Amino acid sequence: MNSSMSVFLAKADLQLLIDCLAEQGFEVIGPTVSQAAIVYDRISSVSELPQGWTDRQAPGEYRLERREDDQLFGYVVGPHSWKRYLFPPLTTLTTADLTTNGWQMRAADDNPPKYAFLGVRACELAAIRVQDKVFLEGAYVDPIYQRRRQNAFIVAVNCTQAASTCFCTSMETGPRCRSGFDLALTELPDGFEVEVGTPAGEELLLQLPTTPIAEQQLADAEQRRQQAVDQITRKMDTEGIRDLLLTRLNHPRWEEVGQRCLSCTNCTMVCPTCFCSSVEEVSDLEGQHSERERRWDSCFNLDFSYVSGGPVRRDIRSRYRQWLTHKLASWIDQFGSSGCVGCGRCITWCPVGIDITEEVAALRKDAP
Amino acid sequence: MKFEDLTPDRAVDPWGYHTVRIHAITPEVADVATYHLGFDDSAIAAAYRFQPGQFNMLYLPGFGEVPISLSADPRSSTTWAHTVRSVGNVTQKLARSKVGDTLGLRGPFGCGWPLHTAEGHDVVLVAGGLGIAPLRPAIYELLRQADRFRSLTLLYGSRTPDTILFDHELPDWSQGGMSVQVTVDRADAAWSGHVGVVTLLLDRLPLGTPQHTTVFMCGPEVMMRFVGKSALARGIPENQLWLSMERNMQCAIGLCGHCQLGPTFICKDGPVYRHDRLAPFLNVEGL
Repeated sequence: MNSSMSVFLAKADLQLLIDCLAEQGFEVIGPTVSQAAIVYDRISSVSELPQGWTDRQAPGEYRLERREDDQLFGYVVGPHSWKRYLFPPLTTLTTADLTTNGWQMRAADDNPPKYAFLGVRACELAAIRVQDKVFLEGAYVDPIYQRRRQNAFIVAVNCTQAASTCFCTSMETGPRCRSGFDLALTELPDGFEVEVGTPAGEELLLQLPTTPIAEQQLADAEQRRQQAVDQITRKMDTEGIRDLLLTRLNHPRWEEVGQRCLSCTNCTMVCPTCFCSSVEEVSDLEGQHSERERRWDSCFNLDFSYVSGGPVRRDIRSRYRQWLTHKLASWIDQFGSSGCVGCGRCITWCPVGIDITEEVAALRKDAP
Repeated sequence: MKFEDLTPDRAVDPWGYHTVRIHAITPEVADVATYHLGFDDSAIAAAYRFQPGQFNMLYLPGFGEVPISLSADPRSSTTWAHTVRSVGNVTQKLARSKVGDTLGLRGPFGCGWPLHTAEGHDVVLVAGGLGIAPLRPAIYELLRQADRFRSLTLLYGSRTPDTILFDHELPDWSQGGMSVQVTVDRADAAWSGHVGVVTLLLDRLPLGTPQHTTVFMCGPEVMMRFVGKSALARGIPENQLWLSMERNMQCAIGLCGHCQLGPTFICKDGPVYRHDRLAPFLNVEGL
């Protein structure tokens, strides 16, 4: 990114950014505190951002804590990801009505708002890119995702700190936001370094009272971004990982992790790239109207692999193996990239603290 | 042997249904019937094509949706046959349906049997139980173009003599130039044919040259594992063995994730696979 492209936006003027987006018809979604976690929800005011909050994360642990300063983006990622807006947890796909001429089916009404996402981190930009490949770039295009994605405006935020669970550097997705955004912010004590990613971003920026950025501010922003890099200690060795995992399908580690895993599905629900869903029938009581509903599903559910003879993946060992090998190995065959962006959510939100990086390291060791 | 390009149009909503009507129902064996479906919209009927081995998603509003292989001649022009065993909620509702009832259809999906790869070969079809249904369109196509193949053989295994599907058609297929051998797991007093698993028929089948033999198989996974082993033991090259797989499917378009087997989505990369592509994953329990 050419730093001459960036400008300075005073902190007091961030509200104008939100207002401009709202005026352009965007529904602005940003981080906010709810139930002791930072989640993504509709916001209209800077005051709704988690100002002065940070998060402490470890395997199986997430706590909000007060910061000593009043940073607006001084935390990393929480249990939500942007997929809940682009790939909603529950959507009606089609409706069916019984008429005198039999069943008539049609696509369900779907008029999603134009979303503007404020505070998208580098690993999350990568996750959106991953889901773009799944939903938009294969043999079939998902119209639900497409309608939401094509109008989305993305304001990224560079991380200036990392959690103990972060490993984006291993997955080469962050912490620096490099592409996939309209605007990218780096928070400074009194404002933001703003980088432009697209013409749409540039156009929006013209409406804001930005000023040229000083050399000192650029250096400060760079130093803060470097701080995030320096704080990342967790690593995953991805060298040859596809072949490694797909040739160790009977490694004893699967049994060990299967003993610990509760099959609770948390990792798949918080994962910003997991895309599995079930399609369910929801009908009225009279049998005159029925709908196909798509709901997030998880490969950890027992009935996920159900065929007429029963479930294919009967034990937790095989379900964990499916998740991990899909995420890190077969995803590469399917979509040309890893399904893991190194955000660490699956580690934090696992109730028993299973750590994907630790599992990969163990699987690398030869079977005893 | 030419195949039409049936690559899906990415501009079409893959969740969209066409209304189809049951034009006829052929009871086959216990719990199995063939439903002949016709599109209400004649323009769609005129444009609809499928390849042998492909499947449709059949939707019974209020009950749900199931993937069902097309089971009749791919050159049908008015109705489209689906041979269904009633085992679950949706298929049991279908079994209670009548001629004239409507349902939803999406498809066709998946890839079909690559019959053109077998030109000049001895072609061996191995079917187990209901697995003969997805092979039946291929049988029609092979018989129609029999001169392009060195020989055609169908090895068909059924549980009992009274569960043999399409048994009234087997003589026609024989007369058309296909060697048909049927075996049953359990015989009854009237049965004078083979008894035992279908793999035994393959073990005993005289092969001209294994190098020029192609096998298309469909049946229970355990059957296909053993057919694969037997074929390889007979010297048939692994890249000339093809099988059709089954898994839970809820979208048919590679988006719901349910049908994954190793690196593939059975709904869009399959259901028909070359054996060597799946071999590393076929023998892993719970994959």
